[in-house]
Amino acid sequence: MADPMKIRAQLQGDIADIKVLMFHPMETGLRKDPVTGDVIALHFIQRVVAAHNGRTMLDAQWSQAVSKNPFVNFRIRGAKPGDKVTVSWEDNMGEKASIETTLN
Amino acid sequence: MRTQKPAGKPSRRKFLRALALGSTYVASFAAGWLRPVRLLAAEWNKAAFDAKVLADALKGIGATSVADSDQIQLKAPEIAENGAIVPVEITSRIPDTRTIYILADKNPQPLVAIFDLTGGMEPFISTRIKMGESSKVRILVKAGGKFYVATQDVKVTIGGCGG
Repeated sequence: MADPMKIRAQLQGDIADIKVLMFHPMETGLRKDPVTGDVIALHFIQRVVAAHNGRTMLDAQWSQAVSKNPFVNFRIRGAKPGDKVTVSWEDNMGEKASIETTLN
Repeated sequence: MRTQKPAGKPSRRKFLRALALGSTYVASFAAGWLRPVRLLAAEWNKAAFDAKVLADALKGIGATSVADSDQIQLKAPEIAENGAIVPVEITSRIPDTRTIYILADKNPQPLVAIFDLTGGMEPFISTRIKMGESSKVRILVKAGGKFYVATQDVKVTIGGCGG
C-alpha cells in the first residue's frame, strides 16, 4: 500500500526546510459522483502538527479548501543533523497518518 | 537521506521506555499516553471555518482590529490556471509572528487555513489552496498579540471548489 505521505528535509545551515506531500482527496462535499449522482462526502485533513525532536513546532488547522493532495513547506530553526522531524495529520473522519524523518 | 517510517504508537513506546528509564519521567509520559490519541480535541475553529462571509471569519479568529502591513510577503499567481491548485507562499517579516492565516475572500467559506508557529519556526509557509472564483487572497499574521494583513488579487479562470 502506498505511503500516505512523503517528506523531504533539507538542512540549510541550522534551518531545516521541510516539504511534505500528503495523499488525501480533500473533498469539499460539493462534488457529485459522475455515475451515481450522489454527493461525495466532505472529507478533508483538519489538523496538521509538525514536531522537532518531539517538540511541537507547527500546529495547523485546515479547511476543505486546502488543495487535494496537500503540499506544505515550512522551515524549522535551530536544526542539526540527527534531529528528528515528524509530521502528523488527522482528518474530519478521524483518519490519521504520521511520518518521521531524520535530518542529515 | 530520507527516512520514512509510519509512526505506530509512539506515545506507548515512549511510555514503556520511560518506565524502563526511571520514575521521574513516568508522570509526564503517562499523562501523554492517557491523553486521547486524536489531535483534534476542541482545537478546530469551527465557527471561523464555517463562516460564509469574510467579516464572520475574521470575527471567528478574533481579528477585530487589523492593520495593513507591507511586511507580509505574499507570493501567489496573478492568474491561476486551475482554481483547484493555487500556490500561496507567505513570508512574514513582522517580529514575533505566531500565526499565519490564509483566506480567499470570495470562497464559499473564506477561511482556508491557520498555521500556528512556535518560536522555533521561520515565519514562512508555502502551500496550495482552492479558490472558487477570482478573489483577493488575504493573509493575516498574528504577531505580538496584534493582527496584520496583506492581500493580493488572484484571477481564477476555472473555479476549484468542485460541483
